[in-house]
Amino acid sequence: MKIEGLGPLVAEHPFFAGMDPAALEIVVGCCANEVFKPGAYLYRQGEPADKFYLVRDGLVAIEIYVPGRPPIAVETVEAGEIIGWSWLTPPFKWSNDARAADTVRAISIDGACLRTKMENDRTLGYEIYKRFMPIMARRLLQNRIRIVELATEPGGGE
Amino acid sequence: MDGHPLSHGLPPDPMLPRQFRIAKVKAEVPGVFTWHLTPLDGGGFAYQAGQFNMLYVFGVGEVPISISGDPRDGSKLIHTIRVAGSVTKVMAKMKAGEVVGVRGPFGRPWPIEAAYGSDVIFVTGTIGLAPLRPLIHEVLHQREQFGKVVICYGSRGTGDILYEDDLHHWRGRFDVNVHVTVHSAPAGYRGRVGSVAAAVRVARITGDSTTAFVCRSESMTKPAVDALHERGVTSDRIWVTLERNMRCGVGLCGHCQFGPTFMCKDGPVYRFDEIEPLFSVREV
Repeated sequence: MKIEGLGPLVAEHPFFAGMDPAALEIVVGCCANEVFKPGAYLYRQGEPADKFYLVRDGLVAIEIYVPGRPPIAVETVEAGEIIGWSWLTPPFKWSNDARAADTVRAISIDGACLRTKMENDRTLGYEIYKRFMPIMARRLLQNRIRIVELATEPGGGE
Repeated sequence: MDGHPLSHGLPPDPMLPRQFRIAKVKAEVPGVFTWHLTPLDGGGFAYQAGQFNMLYVFGVGEVPISISGDPRDGSKLIHTIRVAGSVTKVMAKMKAGEVVGVRGPFGRPWPIEAAYGSDVIFVTGTIGLAPLRPLIHEVLHQREQFGKVVICYGSRGTGDILYEDDLHHWRGRFDVNVHVTVHSAPAGYRGRVGSVAAAVRVARITGDSTTAFVCRSESMTKPAVDALHERGVTSDRIWVTLERNMRCGVGLCGHCQFGPTFMCKDGPVYRFDEIEPLFSVREV
């Protein structure tokens, strides 16, 4: 029986589509396969941000802790997307909770491991940033549009 | 009533209201209610999906409201109304048995034939489902004419999802994909959270064989269209419905002017490429 590593799973995720195989092999050295049951946290607000996740299956809810009231889910991330970029920016702490809304299968990537490799290999670092930036820009734009929507569309009873 | 109409056109005297009795009032979500109306004269009321009526509260005023029932159900005329101004505030207090005036139907309907042979995606949010519901009914009546049928619906929260029973029913069918998304939800909610556009991005559609029907507010129409463009649906296959200050309903008064068009007669349904340039013109 042939046992395959995580390489094929990482390579088939849209986040790494078209990535140079040699660079991908470096990334795979920082990867682990993870499964989260419904309701389990991938990470919690304020804790060290030491990973990010390639979501392979399931739905992850991004929840914000609000003092004095229960947390609020503000966005979901699903199969084919990534979650977590706090590992890229100081102070390397999660700014929200991430919780499995149903069974979630994901590849986690060790942020400290990858940061070191990116420091040592600036081409790899640039490649990773190039893949993160459009996602961050799109989510920022989506949230700006949601603010417009909430500001301009009537709510219940208004 | 006449039931399913074969053609649309203006009523015999478009300025003369007919009297309808409120047969039923149904509370929907906060600030939104539905009327079931039946004509006092016993005649029919033919309309096509996407058209609207002017509803007149005698002595108070008149407002344009989309027709939101099943065009093939000839037993009643259905309007879902959001409380938004002085007339609708009075409407919200009216009871079954009271009488209102109805002028219509007005406007260009959804062109269902344009979607024959293609996949269909409906993109809407909050009360925008009301003008689309007649078309969804009609598409499901003619289900064999279409490929995939996808409904993307968004609301502010889990407590203001319009026509929740219908959405459950459609989701329960094996031939319709329903994506419901909310802007925010209590922790532990197991559904999708985010914008309707995000739901469009993950919907299983093939752009070049999909026809889209969109009902968002004017400010949110473009983001919905942008999401469809990302999926490869071109503007000539996207139909949108818009709403402005319709008054006369027949293109005379000019209150609902949108660029060179009057929404009450040239719309409210437009093929998006007909009006696309207007969305980048400020203060139109």
